Amino acid sequence: MVEMKDVKVVYRSSDIVALDGVDMTINEGEFVFLVGPSGSGKTTIMKLITGELRADDGEVKVNDYDMRRIKRRKLPKMRRTLGVIFQDYRLIENMNVYDNVAFAMRVVGASNREIRRRVPYVLELVGLDGREKRLPKELSGGEQQRVAIARALANNPRMIVADEPTGNLDPVRSLELMLLFEKINELGTTILVVTHEKELVNAFAKRVVTIDNGRVISDGMDGYYSYEIE
Amino acid sequence: MKLNRFFYLIREGFRSITTHGFMSFASVTIIMACLIIMGSAALLTLNVDAAIKSLEDQNEVVAFVDESYTEEQARALEGEIAAIDNISSVQFVDRVTAMNNFMGSYSESLMEGIDETVFRHRYVVQLTDISLMAQTKAALEAVEGIMKVNAHLDYAKTFVTVRNVVSVIALVLIAILAFISVFIMTNTIKLATFNRREEIAIMKMVGATNGFIRLPFVIEGLVLGILGGGLAFLAELGLYRLVTGRVVGGITGAIFSVVPLSQVALPMFIAFVGTGVLVGVFGGVNAIRNYLKV
Repeated sequence: MVEMKDVKVVYRSSDIVALDGVDMTINEGEFVFLVGPSGSGKTTIMKLITGELRADDGEVKVNDYDMRRIKRRKLPKMRRTLGVIFQDYRLIENMNVYDNVAFAMRVVGASNREIRRRVPYVLELVGLDGREKRLPKELSGGEQQRVAIARALANNPRMIVADEPTGNLDPVRSLELMLLFEKINELGTTILVVTHEKELVNAFAKRVVTIDNGRVISDGMDGYYSYEIE
Repeated sequence: MKLNRFFYLIREGFRSITTHGFMSFASVTIIMACLIIMGSAALLTLNVDAAIKSLEDQNEVVAFVDESYTEEQARALEGEIAAIDNISSVQFVDRVTAMNNFMGSYSESLMEGIDETVFRHRYVVQLTDISLMAQTKAALEAVEGIMKVNAHLDYAKTFVTVRNVVSVIALVLIAILAFISVFIMTNTIKLATFNRREEIAIMKMVGATNGFIRLPFVIEGLVLGILGGGLAFLAELGLYRLVTGRVVGGITGAIFSVVPLSQVALPMFIAFVGTGVLVGVFGGVNAIRNYLKV
């Protein structure tokens, strides 16, 4: 769950106001698209959620953690409640598919037995069963992104945060990926997808939060991406 | 930390040495090269210092006994002389031996008609620290029965000055070399970890603690440091054996004595492996510090 109240972020080095009074709540189990043009503040919101950045003003709560006051040593524990997915997949090149996913579980201290049970399950969920031994470079872009999703799911997070996850994929693979997110959401995980892709957003009847110039300009449940990118 | 997690991290440390083979090779090679350069400079200094010390030891002080003293009376002074500060050894030379030694240096015809009464009983004294020669000479002259003391104060002064200058130059040279070496070694390790910033970023994002991320780097730095230090030690050992063999075997051996290998091997091993480990571990941990701030 994410709760933002009157959040302000200013990048001191350039004096740019990245967020200027953002109010937004994402409840447990929701599927939300966060849309907006480049430089609108989407990435800043992502960074506030993952704890890479702290707000200058306002209130930010993520999965019951107060992100403005959270101690640095508590960040790893908070991050374990999230699954983060990036546009460029960020897989470890010298680890095979299985190890990339298992790695996320080893980091949090899962036992070998838990890893042996969970990894095949998530790989099957994302449609990668049978490809455990492949290295990332031996997979297509869509498959690599599925590995990243499997890794994000490995620790059974409360929320998946995806930053432009379809940015490097063709329309068909993008649609498949969104369907996968929908399936994961139906299993109870909250999903936040940051994207530019109007067609894709409009193909799903989901909540769409639009942001521009550091402000939320629309928040609709009609699943329509109304903002025109110039 | 759970035991299986601990062993996993140890394994990861070893695994990353092979998976990042080229950078591991570069780190070990640089550590080796720098330690050999530093070690060679230190060994050279040690040997120059030892050579000067040995020349200093040859600079003896001779204390002549009152000519009216019998040999027995002269020998009785030995205890008093040996008790003086800064004296490392005392050797009594009677007048007959002194004459024989003297005559050995000149032709017999020149010494015809000279008997031993011309010579005095004497003590040949060696000093612990020749910079205190003037004070020791005064102390010897104060002994009742000692008539005259021959001490080359000017030589002693020159030796002390040369030794001090050599020590300062060597110290500065070693300090500069050490600084450059540590800089090169830590930068090589920094470069090696730069390739892995993405891996660290992923670890951070999935919720790894800083300790979890650091431990494999500590293990890796430790292994590479031991390897680099150990190999540098073996190479330096061979080099030292080769160079000292040439010096002792050649004409220079008559002038210079070298510090024996058995005397330098252990301190050199400790210094090399210790520096390798310190640079490997702290270099590695320091290099990833910035990536852990996310």
